[in-house]
Amino acid sequence: MQQTLIKMLDLFFSPFIEFGFMRRALVGCLALALGATPIGVFLTLRKMSLTGDAMAHAILPGAAIGYLIAGLSLGAMTIGGVIAGITVAILSGLVARTTIAQEDSSLAAFYLISLAIGVVIVSMRGSNVDLLHILFGTVLALNDEAIYLVAGISTATLLTLAIIYRPLVLECLDQNFLNSVSSLSPIAHYGFLILAVLNLVGGFHALGTLMAVGIMILPAAAARFWTRDITPLIAISILMAFFSGFIGLLLSYYISLPSGPAIILTAGAIYIFSLIFGFNGVVIQKIQRQYHYKA
Amino acid sequence: MTTGNPIIHFSNLTLGYDRHPAVHHLEHTVNTGELLAVVGPNGSGKSTLLKGIIGNLKPLEGEIKFNNIHPAEIAYLPQQVDIDLNFPISVFDMVSMGLWHKVGAFKKFDANLNAKIHDALHMVGLCGFESRPINALSGGQVQRCLFARLLLQDSQVILLDEPFAAIDTSTIDDLMGLINSWNKEGRTIIAVLHDFELVAKHFPETLLLARELVAAGKTNKVITKSNLDKANKLTKSFKDREVVCCTS
Repeated sequence: MQQTLIKMLDLFFSPFIEFGFMRRALVGCLALALGATPIGVFLTLRKMSLTGDAMAHAILPGAAIGYLIAGLSLGAMTIGGVIAGITVAILSGLVARTTIAQEDSSLAAFYLISLAIGVVIVSMRGSNVDLLHILFGTVLALNDEAIYLVAGISTATLLTLAIIYRPLVLECLDQNFLNSVSSLSPIAHYGFLILAVLNLVGGFHALGTLMAVGIMILPAAAARFWTRDITPLIAISILMAFFSGFIGLLLSYYISLPSGPAIILTAGAIYIFSLIFGFNGVVIQKIQRQYHYKA
Repeated sequence: MTTGNPIIHFSNLTLGYDRHPAVHHLEHTVNTGELLAVVGPNGSGKSTLLKGIIGNLKPLEGEIKFNNIHPAEIAYLPQQVDIDLNFPISVFDMVSMGLWHKVGAFKKFDANLNAKIHDALHMVGLCGFESRPINALSGGQVQRCLFARLLLQDSQVILLDEPFAAIDTSTIDDLMGLINSWNKEGRTIIAVLHDFELVAKHFPETLLLARELVAAGKTNKVITKSNLDKANKLTKSFKDREVVCCTS
């Protein structure tokens, strides 16, 4: 019995004890879970789940221009990505707030333009290997700089969220009311969009632009099946995201899966499990329906 | 604040969307302590007027003047369609935001403020609902919840946008009791309503809108057949008039 336990522990922890790159990858996942997942919770609550995906694509030309100027440099690609993402976020927000266009159509318009520019730039100069790096990330090859970047972004995210939390919740719940009691609505709105872009950029170094959205949205969507209150919702999604990183890395280590997709697939499995077995999931809802309260 | 003094004045006020006026050249004064019903057909600019008062909509022309009150101090009950009732938040937390003027974005809720929230829930008959998520409430309970939030806002001027739409009579009686007690305390109430019987019973003053002001004053003088016919006709005739207005 004791021996099986030791074997299990060994199975789960020895890769991280033995290999530095696995430890760094795990630290990267923890940072991503702490920063990106709360952002994902608010994205899903604001019915902007797909917005994250669009923003991730919008980052591409900035990262590509950074790459053109400075090669595979973390700083240049990050700054480029942030500029491109924030430009698209602000342009689409402005168009939605000042013209007849809705947020979704203006965002779609700007991100598609941005994505096309990105693909043109990459195909002009980059080799396919570099494109793969941008699309799928390199969580198993995170260097010091990249870890500091991801950790810095998640620290900044948590601090900013703590400051704009109350207005942000009200902005989602009852925007008219927020407007009637304070003028913080634009700060909450744009502050949140900037955080979303920062986290997508942080995420793309580790998981790639396509998979970075997954660690934001999947845990948030899964946690919704376990609780009906915003605070536990955020806590549960962070735990789920970190757990996905942990298991995903092990899968990638033992059966040689690409790490980014392995992490997101784990998060996907947690989502499906929650959908079926969560307190607000399919099964319990069905059972509860047979035993309703008297009042 | 003494009852009877002007508190809000609409001066040649035009509010609208996309250049189309929804409230057109309105001239009217609301006095402190008034219990005012705003009535009129659909599309006559009632809700628009409230949005203008709280500053959600900038005037296309004219202005709204405030006496002894800042627009940010005015409490506002929005229509329920504007609230995301699926947001994962408890009744208690939702209602607590009525204390925004005390806590703002950062300050914490101390025991005293928490007690106030419990009192407010008690007054609207939502005791025991504190931890229930708002998406498990009925329409009437949501409205009680919003009234509790209004109570906590403790404002001298309270705007209500169709407070009784799709609400049953016993809930209306309870909430109307709250409105009356606010008014007895000298607060000014402006409510958008459709039920003329209710207006005649509870609201001494009425403002009848059809984009333009049709009539204002004592309710029994305002809600007359000839005025209502005029309002309906005016609202209809506005539909295709897309000429630039320059009466000013």
